Amino acid sequence: MPALKRMSLGRLVWPLAALGCLLLFNLFFTPNFFHVEVKQGHLYGNLIDIIKNAAPIMLLAIGLTLVIATKGIDISVGSVVAISAGVVAILLGGDLGGVPLFPVPVAIAAALIACTAAGFWNGILVSRIGLQPIIATLILFVAGRGIAMVLTNAMVIWLYVKPFAIFGQGYWLGLPFSIYMVAGLLLLTWFVTRRTAIGMFVESVGINPTAARFSGINAKNILLGVYVFSGFCAGLSGLVVCSTVMSADGNNAGNLYELDAILAVVLGGTSLNGGKFYLLGSMIGALIIQTLTTTIYAFNVAPEISQVVKAFVVYGVSLLQSERFRRSVSGMFVKGRATA
Amino acid sequence: MTRRLLDNRNLSILVILGLFVIMFGYGSFAYTGFFAVQNFLNLFIDNAYLLILAVGMTFVIISGGIDLSVGSMLGLGTMIASSLVTKQHLNPMLVIVIVVLVGTALGFFMGCLITLFELPPFIITLAGYYLARGLCYVVSIDTIAISDPVFQSAAHSEIHIIGNSFVSPSAIIAVVVVLVGAYVLRFTRFGRTVYAIGGNEQSALLMGLPVGRTKIGIYALSGFCSGLAGVVFTFYTLSGYALDGKGMELDAIAAVVIGGTLLTGGSGSILGTVLGVLVYGTIQVLIVFQGTLNSWWTRIAIGFLVFVFCALQRLFETRKEATAVRGASRTSAAVAGGG
Amino acid sequence: MPEQAPVLEMRKITKVFPGVRALSGVDFRLFRGEVHAVMGQNGAGKSTLVKVLTGVHRHDAGEILLEGNAIAPDSPFAAQKLGISTVYQEINLCPNLSVAENMFIGRQPMRLGSIRWKELNRKAEEALAKLNIVLDVTQPLSSYSIAIQQMVAIARVLDLSSKILILDEPTSSLDEAEVERLFGVIRKLRDQGLAILFITHFLDQTYRISDRITVLQNGLFCGEYKTAQLPKLELIAKMLGKELSAFSYAAEHAAKKREAAPASKEEPVLRIRQLGLRGSIAPFDLDLSAGEVLGLAGLLGSGRTEMAKLIFGIDSAHQGEIQINGKKANINSPHAAMMAGMGFCSEDRKNEGAFSELTVRENIILALQARKGMLNFIPLKKQTEIAEKLIDSLKVKTPSAENTAGQLSGGNLQKVMLARWLATNPSVLILDEPTRGIDVGAKLEIMELILKLSREGMGVIFISSEFEEVVRCSDRVAVLRDHAKVGELSGPEVDEQNIVRTIAEGR
Repeated sequence: MPALKRMSLGRLVWPLAALGCLLLFNLFFTPNFFHVEVKQGHLYGNLIDIIKNAAPIMLLAIGLTLVIATKGIDISVGSVVAISAGVVAILLGGDLGGVPLFPVPVAIAAALIACTAAGFWNGILVSRIGLQPIIATLILFVAGRGIAMVLTNAMVIWLYVKPFAIFGQGYWLGLPFSIYMVAGLLLLTWFVTRRTAIGMFVESVGINPTAARFSGINAKNILLGVYVFSGFCAGLSGLVVCSTVMSADGNNAGNLYELDAILAVVLGGTSLNGGKFYLLGSMIGALIIQTLTTTIYAFNVAPEISQVVKAFVVYGVSLLQSERFRRSVSGMFVKGRATA
Repeated sequence: MTRRLLDNRNLSILVILGLFVIMFGYGSFAYTGFFAVQNFLNLFIDNAYLLILAVGMTFVIISGGIDLSVGSMLGLGTMIASSLVTKQHLNPMLVIVIVVLVGTALGFFMGCLITLFELPPFIITLAGYYLARGLCYVVSIDTIAISDPVFQSAAHSEIHIIGNSFVSPSAIIAVVVVLVGAYVLRFTRFGRTVYAIGGNEQSALLMGLPVGRTKIGIYALSGFCSGLAGVVFTFYTLSGYALDGKGMELDAIAAVVIGGTLLTGGSGSILGTVLGVLVYGTIQVLIVFQGTLNSWWTRIAIGFLVFVFCALQRLFETRKEATAVRGASRTSAAVAGGG
Repeated sequence: MPEQAPVLEMRKITKVFPGVRALSGVDFRLFRGEVHAVMGQNGAGKSTLVKVLTGVHRHDAGEILLEGNAIAPDSPFAAQKLGISTVYQEINLCPNLSVAENMFIGRQPMRLGSIRWKELNRKAEEALAKLNIVLDVTQPLSSYSIAIQQMVAIARVLDLSSKILILDEPTSSLDEAEVERLFGVIRKLRDQGLAILFITHFLDQTYRISDRITVLQNGLFCGEYKTAQLPKLELIAKMLGKELSAFSYAAEHAAKKREAAPASKEEPVLRIRQLGLRGSIAPFDLDLSAGEVLGLAGLLGSGRTEMAKLIFGIDSAHQGEIQINGKKANINSPHAAMMAGMGFCSEDRKNEGAFSELTVRENIILALQARKGMLNFIPLKKQTEIAEKLIDSLKVKTPSAENTAGQLSGGNLQKVMLARWLATNPSVLILDEPTRGIDVGAKLEIMELILKLSREGMGVIFISSEFEEVVRCSDRVAVLRDHAKVGELSGPEVDEQNIVRTIAEGR
């Protein structure tokens, strides 16, 4: 066990360092960045905002970590978030008095079931029909948003059901409720992947699918499972998103979330080529992205422009992960030395 | 002759053509006013931008890649065009050239990353999706209206062809792009190399084809088409809005896939893509004529069609693999012993 | 054939890679109007010789003379320009393009910047007609069988330039009729004066098509012979690097082993009837009793791995049945095979066995865990216990069970693979080349282990290219040749000479 801990912490050094740099930058250049105050028993401040805003992405990143570990990808998660928001909104209804059409637990369950089914669909396409993951999840990427818009009839549905607000706006023991959701899902996933053989099987399938099959692992079901789980996570994320703004906007909910989630996983140390995965790393990756966004925002730059920065971060990380690039860079240094 | 007609490549064209005829036919029977030449021509006028995007996308997908940035690049095109024309008062023709060059340059940049460093196309172009969209906002957060006379006339011109029916300059541009694209794919070495790369990139390399140059060229071409589609889009809307083109990459991919191009690369045609765009346009028109359905049903219908075509493609693939193993190879030593 | 100057001469070619001498002073001559086969076992240097000739590698010593001129091609393109054409086993063409296009892509006839398709198609038809092939050149290559695709590949390279044609394993995926058709084309080309270098594993085909044979063994040149003057038995002996008479009779050790264990007359634990897969292995029968070691012997490419993969469910058979402990078993996946009590160590440890980023412990317990199922997680302490016990008994050299498997040497990796399956306590263990590429000490350890396992009641199927090893460990031996089982030896018959003779003559 101590050996395991040592290994995982080692991989986390880089993402932690990156996060640390960002926070350090803010320490010097952003006034009141670290200011935390207590109001009405709740903690407020930039730091709290970062964690709160990162929660939907963190939920997505947990599911996506496992998918990427199998050498796959799921770009439908943003659209599935919209579906989740749509389902829960129409089942709760927009009654101004706050009286839900269906009980809140029923609405939540329906949303989660719908999204898990979406994940099952993706999983079948990848594991049984054999479509490439990018293509398989592209279909829901396209159709999912359409489904969400049809569910909400292309209108933004406003919710007044007070109990539902807790997911995105509630506080518990001073901290935002969504953080507990993330922590809960993280713990559950950690438990399932590390206290059963599932984690090891997922990594084997990603590292060497042939050897995994030859060792008697049912690779097809592992693949199916990770996509189902990713769908479920998108469902949870949709609940938080919907609850935060107390509305379901089929067009904008979950918009651009897929790249953020993929980026979070990659920043956290899990390789796009599959294999070993780092759940905690993905969480740090999501925090890095959110801190970046908040930092840019604090400088009064339009939030949409943060996309440009994110794009360059993706390019940078991709290049660093590319062997060809690393080789050519080190080649340049070697040549330099030779001529000197 | 029938065998030739029914072989795989022609089969997919026939299927999509049949689909289009069925849809257009259904609309003609169900709704008055549907069956009109102008209605057909409107498909080209209203979807000119999509035709251009889809031509570029066809090249990319045939080569086995994918470009998720074209919608955002279209938006960037409209932003740059409207900004330069309205705020900087530059010559509209010059502006058009600049927009197209910017698109080509961005496509070239992504093509280099993908080819030189062997990075996955979907990640690089997905980041391009964000990059271009972000740059849209850098140009302007608000909508920019265009009042320039050249653009105005391009938007409102009606070029009469058959009797009272007319097409717009955008439609003409789109048709020209389609014809040029078809020609390049069929009659130039560049175009044939695109097919070779999609069929088996390793083999293409070993056969001495300029794979690297061609791949970069493909993404640059896609960027060119995105820029041009942006210009054409401003002819349509006479404005630049930062969210222009959102989601259009998927429409383009859908049109290409429905048109019979395999997402795995190696086969496809511009003709199929055109039919795919026509089907897409017809679905939208049908929904408008229907009146009560949410226009977002188009998304679902398109997504469903993409699924059906991909699944069918995959089915054909696995069937071909199975027959190849069964038919082409039998053990040579069927007789025991012997010398 | 009149003795003329060879069109190609390779003299004293040496090629050294870090740690291995692939070729040491090898001579090779190629004559016009002849088919010359290069034969040798794994590591003999055949592919290196071809790679040196086609410019993939640069030779370290010696010289290559083409029509009397010294050459040193530095790339396959350079070699092609010199007139050396190569067609590989994997047909390096584009299946989606038409036949004609595959032949001329990159050099299509153009006019005013446009490809002239009519002329392209006509030229393709002409080039194919030279090989007596007539077909619709406008159809995609993939619509034709592998055999036809191969001939298109040949026509293509010959159209580019044609002094020498190298065919690397051209018949691996062909059936009998297709092989004969290909040979017809080869004979025609030969009669037209082309010099052809032919590489194959199939002994029969060598004797059917080649005029001359060069034998390589362990990077050394063993001799060049006229095919008609080299008996099969002698060829095999030379490939194995031994004199005929040197093949040992029953090793004492092995004989003692067979005396010690009484012949088992019970129901075989594994009973296979007419199991076969088209294109992979001809239908065969096989029996394995508990505590028995069955060796699969044959030359490289004879189909041993294919047989093993069929038994273990990695490939799905087209016909036949497998019975385990008397009951019919549906072995359609490795998972099913494992649950039925089988284990399999692949010969390709790196690509089909090892998880380089997982620890040694995880590599070892993986199959056992798969057997127990996803939810029945083996606690870490128990995992470590199992792993360390096996590391100990197999003497795996690793600093700890927590090191990643990627750091292990070949021999230790093999032991870890063995450990993986031993942990599941199988009743049938299939070992494909477990002694290949590891040091002598480890080899002996593994062979001792095999004997020990069989004494404890495990049924073992043992594949090795070293006949000596097979004889040493096996109670019975199934002999394979050219993707079929051609004979079986048991008891006192088990010795190297009989194996070699069975390969040469069948039963």
